[in-house]
Amino acid sequence: MSAAPVLALRGVSKRFGAVQALTDVDLEIRAGEVVALVGDNGAGKSTLVKTVAGVHPIDDGTVEWKGRPVEINRPHDAQDLGIATVYQDLALCDNLDVVANLFLGRELRRGGVIDEVAMEKRAKELLDTLSIRIPSVRIPIASLSGGQRQVVAIARALIGEPEVVILDEPTAALGVEQTAQVLDLVERLRERGLGVILISHNMADVKAVADTVAVLRLGRNNGVFPVKETSHEEIIAAITGATDNAVTRRQQRTAEAAS
Amino acid sequence: MTDTVKKTDTPPALDDSAAPAPVTDPRLLVREQGFRGYVTEFKRKVRGGELGSIPVVLGLILIAVIFQSQDSSFLSPDNLSNIGIYIAGPGIMAVGVVFVLLLGEIDLSVGSVAGVGAAVWAVLSTVHGIDDGVAVLCAVAAGAAIGTVHGFFFAKVGVPAFVVTLAGFLGWSGLQIWLMGSEGTINTPRGSLVEQLTNFFFDDIAAAYGLALVAVLGYLASMLLDSRRRREASLPYRPLSEVALRTGLLALVAFTAAYQLNQARGLPLALVIFLAVLVIADFVSRRTSYGRQIFACGGSTEAARRAGINVERVRITVFMIAGTLAVVGGLFIASQSGGATKSLGAGNVLMNVIAAAVIGGTSLFGGRGKIWSALLGMLVIQSIMQGLNLLGMASEIQYMITGAVLLAAVVLDSVSRRTQKTAGRA
Repeated sequence: MSAAPVLALRGVSKRFGAVQALTDVDLEIRAGEVVALVGDNGAGKSTLVKTVAGVHPIDDGTVEWKGRPVEINRPHDAQDLGIATVYQDLALCDNLDVVANLFLGRELRRGGVIDEVAMEKRAKELLDTLSIRIPSVRIPIASLSGGQRQVVAIARALIGEPEVVILDEPTAALGVEQTAQVLDLVERLRERGLGVILISHNMADVKAVADTVAVLRLGRNNGVFPVKETSHEEIIAAITGATDNAVTRRQQRTAEAAS
Repeated sequence: MTDTVKKTDTPPALDDSAAPAPVTDPRLLVREQGFRGYVTEFKRKVRGGELGSIPVVLGLILIAVIFQSQDSSFLSPDNLSNIGIYIAGPGIMAVGVVFVLLLGEIDLSVGSVAGVGAAVWAVLSTVHGIDDGVAVLCAVAAGAAIGTVHGFFFAKVGVPAFVVTLAGFLGWSGLQIWLMGSEGTINTPRGSLVEQLTNFFFDDIAAAYGLALVAVLGYLASMLLDSRRRREASLPYRPLSEVALRTGLLALVAFTAAYQLNQARGLPLALVIFLAVLVIADFVSRRTSYGRQIFACGGSTEAARRAGINVERVRITVFMIAGTLAVVGGLFIASQSGGATKSLGAGNVLMNVIAAAVIGGTSLFGGRGKIWSALLGMLVIQSIMQGLNLLGMASEIQYMITGAVLLAAVVLDSVSRRTQKTAGRA
């Protein structure tokens, strides 16, 4: 845990009109680390993710990539750095087939022409290694089920060989086996040395795969906990803000000192 | 049973055969090899509502049978040759409209932009005596600029494309009349570039047959190459029988057309240019990243934006393409009608062009369609107009019949889409 973070947010703030969505938020992600980002609805998790992904530029604060301050103003900036995002509302094109969606925005080309054969081959290999089963890689997304769309969306994030992957509620719509597959997948990403930000409401998932839990509450940091040494109740308390007392503050301080 | 369509929206059953190699899911659609597989796949698609070009082709056959039974000169080489020439101008405009429809938008200004283009060319070349080729280039550049203005207001300012191009429809008509000034009509000078567009024929019979041969061989070669690459990559590929069937059908159509054209005045330059525009546009839309971006923006703007696609750039350039092709089409119409007028591109040109794209099978809702629908749709509309002209029907009847055909095409589109939805393929 002593390694420098790949991605670090320092004092990030974001305002939408009269709503202060994020205030002074800090977050660090190291290579080979899974950081679970938790918080109640409206805590600012999705907004935070969107600032990192370049959908909403930040108003205040800095984003550091490998220790160097960077500006992320467009989705392209984030992609170029090596940040891939899987959104809660998947963001797939219904009319395009699986292969086209996987490679959307970064098609493989051969002499300026889209290389469908290479793309299809690579898509099949990727889906096979992730044990993803879909009827065909050549059918439109519209004909896939919700779970199938989720795995396609995650597979898509991995096409560009990112260093940090952000998963926004990846297991919310999945069945039992597919949830297990996604969690396996998250662990495989960590083994490959990627940093993962996992947004989840499901504490079982968080406890299963995350190394660190970062809690957001009302757009502010409300503690960063190492998963192994933190109880379920402590995390819940930080999310709901029910026990904002000396004990939790002390735990938070020691946790930060240890990290 | 490998070919039945099953609902895919149930979560996959637990797979107890946890083999390391990728297991084939029993519910997947596996296509049988060979010709049989092709036929069953085809039947499945039709049942699922993926009609593709079938309704248009059936419609064309129906039109031919009806008019031929009323007037035996409908299928004469001269009439077919005329249809081939007359579809070029509006057809090229329809290609531009297909691009805009793929984006899920509409361009109502193509008719008046065509008129402005023809006026720019006519005024520059005849009134100001500028070189013919330069005048044509200026007109085309004007079309690109007009399209860019539409795209700017739509993409950057956020005005709905419908309103922007409706304003353009009125505004550019005004510009066209102002440009023409006191001249009611400017005739195309004899031997000028624009005059040649629809009046030049490659009268050597080798030209038409040669073009047909090149088209068929090119199609065959591209399919065989694709099949080979896919086979080498161990991906599913088209069986040889399917390649042969497709090539055979194309050859039949191409050589019949070439024969008929040679019976008339030979291969028209207009048709050659139209086909070239179709082939290039089809290539751009299906085989380049830019084309993929158009489809993505038409399918889901948000998804496209998050994939890092510059949506505004795609929108502006698509309207630029539509404007450019509108002017090119306008020059063809000027050539065909003998000159630029104050009313060129007015009347039913706009509706015919949009109708052609929709009749050909391009969805009005974006993201679904083919460039070739411009050709098929224009063939339907021009055949009907030509047939009604032969029968001496008044233009009011033509309007009504074209309107009915457009409505029928859109109804068919909606119905087949609903079938596709229930079959889980839309």
